[in-house]
Amino acid sequence: MSSRLTARFEACAREGRAALVTFVTAGDPDHDTSLALLKALPAAGSDVIEFGVPFTDPMADGPAIQAAGLRALKNGQTLAKTLAMVRAFREEDTATPVVLMGYYNPVYIYGVERFLVDAKAAGVDGLVVVDLPPEEDDELCLPALAAGLAFIRLATPTTDDKRLPAVLKNTAGFVYYVSIAGITGTATPDAGRVTQAVARIKAHTPLPVAVGFGVKTPAQAAAIAAGADGVVVGSALIDALRGTLDAEEQATPATVPAVTRLVSELAQAVRTARPAAAE
Amino acid sequence: MNAPNSFRTGPDENGHFGLFGGRFVAETLMPLILDLEKAYQDAKADPAYKAEMDAGLKHYVGRPSPLYFAERLTEHLGGAKIYFKREELNHTGSHKVNNVLGQILLARRMGKERIIAETGAGQHGVATATLCARYGLKCVVYMGALDVSRQAPNVFRMKMLGAEVVPVQAGAKTLKDAMNEALRDWVTNVHDTFYCIGTVAGPHPYPAMVRDFQSVIGHETRAQMLEQEGRLPDSLIACIGGGSNAMGLFHPFLDDPSVKIWGVEAAGHGIPTGQHAASLTGGRPGVLHGNRTYLLMDDDGQITEAHSISAGLDYPGIGPEHSWLHDTGRATYISATDQEALAAFQLVSRLEGIIPALEPAHALAKVIELAPTLPKDHLMVVNLSGRGDKDIPQVAEILGTRI
Repeated sequence: MSSRLTARFEACAREGRAALVTFVTAGDPDHDTSLALLKALPAAGSDVIEFGVPFTDPMADGPAIQAAGLRALKNGQTLAKTLAMVRAFREEDTATPVVLMGYYNPVYIYGVERFLVDAKAAGVDGLVVVDLPPEEDDELCLPALAAGLAFIRLATPTTDDKRLPAVLKNTAGFVYYVSIAGITGTATPDAGRVTQAVARIKAHTPLPVAVGFGVKTPAQAAAIAAGADGVVVGSALIDALRGTLDAEEQATPATVPAVTRLVSELAQAVRTARPAAAE
Repeated sequence: MNAPNSFRTGPDENGHFGLFGGRFVAETLMPLILDLEKAYQDAKADPAYKAEMDAGLKHYVGRPSPLYFAERLTEHLGGAKIYFKREELNHTGSHKVNNVLGQILLARRMGKERIIAETGAGQHGVATATLCARYGLKCVVYMGALDVSRQAPNVFRMKMLGAEVVPVQAGAKTLKDAMNEALRDWVTNVHDTFYCIGTVAGPHPYPAMVRDFQSVIGHETRAQMLEQEGRLPDSLIACIGGGSNAMGLFHPFLDDPSVKIWGVEAAGHGIPTGQHAASLTGGRPGVLHGNRTYLLMDDDGQITEAHSISAGLDYPGIGPEHSWLHDTGRATYISATDQEALAAFQLVSRLEGIIPALEPAHALAKVIELAPTLPKDHLMVVNLSGRGDKDIPQVAEILGTRI
């Protein structure tokens, strides 16, 4: 399975800390800025990159990521361009795992078989596809696993113990725990409850558990990092990016640095979250 | 594709009609959809639920709706004998209430106290607001901001009935965007909320469940036609957005091969212009809103905006069972433009004293085209799925009249 994902989570565990998983939308606000940002993320402290595949109808996303996808689409982003960006990234970085996150229709239309070949060749390590629950595993999950790509599953507060085994079956890389019942970037998760939920999931799987949806500040990231193997931050990075755009929603010289600055702060936070755990 | 032994057995246990249907939803919603499926199976087997449903349809909705011989339209067209299935006479003015009654009674059985719905023309929103008022449930209706402006009478109606109407500013501000927002609400309020979907789309079990609730239209039509003409109709015709009024009429007749079935999609400004809502005619299979079905999209799989004069048909997808009936050839799908619908709207108003909604005006437009080509003993049933009161301000504006 994806050796890059496994190696990275193991390396973070050895350092006694959670991995910082950063989400940005491919092509937001435009191809060149987005590629520059992608390349700058590892140095800023991102351990795992989730690269959002824009979709017109992102049903699980809040306003920030909805808008990011529309900005990217307006500037001509396509799934083929997203794969090409990962390929360009891999020419410079062979260690940082990249996971594509999005919705099924663009992949379905690209063609599942062709997509898996091209994604693997580009250096993609895993997939998070929001609208493919275990009930639809034949569509993409099983072919992805066969192609050597991790299929990362979302577990949620509504996934009870009875359902967890079905959700964890056929999953690989890591488990993405959605910390709130809701859409991305809205409510704030309760750290205590998240720690309990992570423990519940870990009782069912040896895979690392990363937590996301609603983690915005370094302080929140630190609180979540204390009880999880990874922390996912997305909407807050998108908000930082959006804050630098001009009146026409175009990138400015401040765009990439604004995002990498927040990534650095978050990276610092996950490193100080568990001082006692660094044995 | 080989014809199956029966066209009425779908979907399979995973909600598939051949290639179409399924459960393409976020994990957060999966347990809710499984709960709903179980609750619906239990309700179907419970005589008390059926009795409550039958009483509601009779005394509150006003069923059965008449099957009316449209004598002057028949004479005017000079061909097939045309009957209207008068769904516009239902309480709330359309077929939508048949489905909403079923879902609201189900929500009550499940102990849900908050109902959400999406609406295009507002007919489903009004029906949902109505039943929520009747049963004392909280009601939130998502409606595209463009539709809020072009369907003002229905917006006011919903508010009068105590519902909260949320204008959705995303995308093209129409039905697709309202459905996205309703799904986002549901994923956020999983514990107390029931999502009352208005058409035969969405994740399993919605397409089958909504079809079952709407099938009362076809069952009544069958009995009424046997009583009035002593035989089955020769053809059925209905408009299609998501396709619930059409599926309700068609389904009880799917295994009667002598009955020809036409679905009419909205061709907007015309299929070649790209400005239309005809998913079967101008789209291809994809995945949106929980199911695989024919969708309007670009080469990258991005959903494109539909266009129709009728807010109720302005949707880039179609119910999955229609996609399957299309691919198997059991039903024939054609389309009518904005202009054709507008002409039918006016003609039927003058000839029959019935002002149809712009949605069934699309079906009537094709009746006008097909009936003259058919013999006088051909019995044709058109589903008059809604009344046109809600469209009066919009049509007046298009015709250049200030009211």
